[in-house]
Amino acid sequence: MITQTLIRALDRKALFVVALLLFIAVAVPVSNLYLPEGHPLRVPDHFVPLFGKYLTYAMLALALDLVWGYCGILSLGHGAFFALGGYAMGMYLMRQIGDRGVYANPVLPDFMVFLNWKELPWFWHGFDMFWFAALMVVAVPGLLAFVFGWLAFRSRVTGVYLSIISQAMTYALLLAFFRNDMGFGGNNGLTDFKDILGTPIQSGTTRAVLFAASAIALALAFLVCSAIVRSKLGKVLVAVRDAESRTRFLGYRVDNYKLFAFTASAIIAGIAGALYVPQVGIINPGEFAPANSIEIVIWTAVGGRGTLIGPIIGAVLVNAGKSWFTGVLPEFWLFALGGLFVAVTILLPKGIVGAFTGGWSALKARRASARAEEGTNLSGDLKTSPAE
Amino acid sequence: MGRQETLLYLDGVSVSFDGFKAINNLSLIVGHNELQAIIGPNGAGKTTMMDIITGKTRPDEGDVYFSGTVDLTKLDEAAIAELGIGRKFQKPTVFESHTIRDNLELALKKPRDVFSAWFYQPDDKDTARIDEILDMVRLTARAQELAANLSHGQKQWLEIGMLLAQDPQLLLVDEPVAGMTDAETVETAKLLKDIATTRSVVVVEHDMSFIRDLAARVTVLAEGSVLAQGSLDHVSADPRVIESYLGR
Repeated sequence: MITQTLIRALDRKALFVVALLLFIAVAVPVSNLYLPEGHPLRVPDHFVPLFGKYLTYAMLALALDLVWGYCGILSLGHGAFFALGGYAMGMYLMRQIGDRGVYANPVLPDFMVFLNWKELPWFWHGFDMFWFAALMVVAVPGLLAFVFGWLAFRSRVTGVYLSIISQAMTYALLLAFFRNDMGFGGNNGLTDFKDILGTPIQSGTTRAVLFAASAIALALAFLVCSAIVRSKLGKVLVAVRDAESRTRFLGYRVDNYKLFAFTASAIIAGIAGALYVPQVGIINPGEFAPANSIEIVIWTAVGGRGTLIGPIIGAVLVNAGKSWFTGVLPEFWLFALGGLFVAVTILLPKGIVGAFTGGWSALKARRASARAEEGTNLSGDLKTSPAE
Repeated sequence: MGRQETLLYLDGVSVSFDGFKAINNLSLIVGHNELQAIIGPNGAGKTTMMDIITGKTRPDEGDVYFSGTVDLTKLDEAAIAELGIGRKFQKPTVFESHTIRDNLELALKKPRDVFSAWFYQPDDKDTARIDEILDMVRLTARAQELAANLSHGQKQWLEIGMLLAQDPQLLLVDEPVAGMTDAETVETAKLLKDIATTRSVVVVEHDMSFIRDLAARVTVLAEGSVLAQGSLDHVSADPRVIESYLGR
């Protein structure tokens, strides 16, 4: 039963995406580590964490696509789940610093010593163990999404109202994490990481492994999403998006379906955040900023929502554009981003992938009808010139 | 007929919205395998009545029982649908971005929980049932097309097909022939009469010739309660019905 569902998830397009991601997962680290400096095919050192970051953003956009593209829930707070996953990883990395911090306290992170705290707050316990932190990366965003979704969907909060409260949620978390006495490092956040799983976080090998992990995680997330949307479950999600009350009157508990999609999406976003933090070396409350969550929506829209592949392309393209643009014309980036969103909404309402597949299927339909016409012409043995 | 023998039993049901009594002391009975037509002027409370039966609206007072024993006022839409009440909306509502076959597959009576849906595989029996329904609503040739491409009348038929796939005991059908040609209307009447041999069907409609084709018991609603009941000839002779509905 489960294998069948997985096999169905792997149609040709999905197989191509997964194969490509796995290829990248191997090729980029190998080229970076084993090719000599200056080789034309060598991926430069600084590109490895940069591309790795793009991959985690792609995973975040994929997560949003599951709820927005397929279930019609426009979450403007998905950055919160990403950031929470990131904080869980950041807490593990902080505990790994040990006595190598500025204040050389073997247990307390520097910011706690600075704040004159005498012992570790209860919620920091356990984060010295990787498995516990990894569990929290999944559990904290998942639980928040579950509680938030349970309250919102059961009360039938939909549409723009849901978008607004999701935005309020991430804003509330932003304000909370800014406070020093929350115990998450206040506005400086968590940084100065040294080790991950016993290896130095700045080393080329670690970075290459983190890159490979991001690519593989993205491939797995893509597979899971693909298995969801290509099953009857996915069809129900689309049904909820297009005609919610019809779905309800067919006997489906719409709230449970939304809750499932929302929670699954938050977990994927959390894992993406956990992979993001060791590659950029910092997590701070800025990640909860509503603007970040809105950017995710733009990546997804640019790539094409409801396609799974589109958001991955959108996230990578927009962020590569951002890296280039902020280098050349830093003060104009936000204008460019806004302009891009307007342009995509007007010119490519289905995004890059949507426009591409739309054009392709229109072409196929034209070809098919042309063939059909030829067929009738041949059978009737008529010689007609094409009516162009 | 006592409550136990009925399929649907409404007694003294009232509901008001902002002081306006949409349904006023309405009592109505639907028997097993009965075809019943409901007519009435706009604002008579026909759609509100369906909302109450399907759990969308809670009545302020009164009893609503299914199969004589199940209190529908305590259940929500999904539970009532699973119990065996299917509803066709006034405006045909199908899943436009799904194929016609997928529309029926979604409606097919199967476990409705998330994980059953995730790992669902149609078996031969399901496929056969869908084929049968496709045939019944004459959409076999278009099964793989998107529902969005159907004409208004065909969407109505698809929605009736979805209702059948749900395998309900009671079908509530709101204006099934709106937007249909005369020939399609006649076919629809035949289809609904067929369905009513094994299930109960309640049809809300304005089209008098269609009601005549149905040859069913007619209930006239006006201002939220039953004005008259009986054969079409009987109710159309009723002076109150003529005054409140037919005469206009």
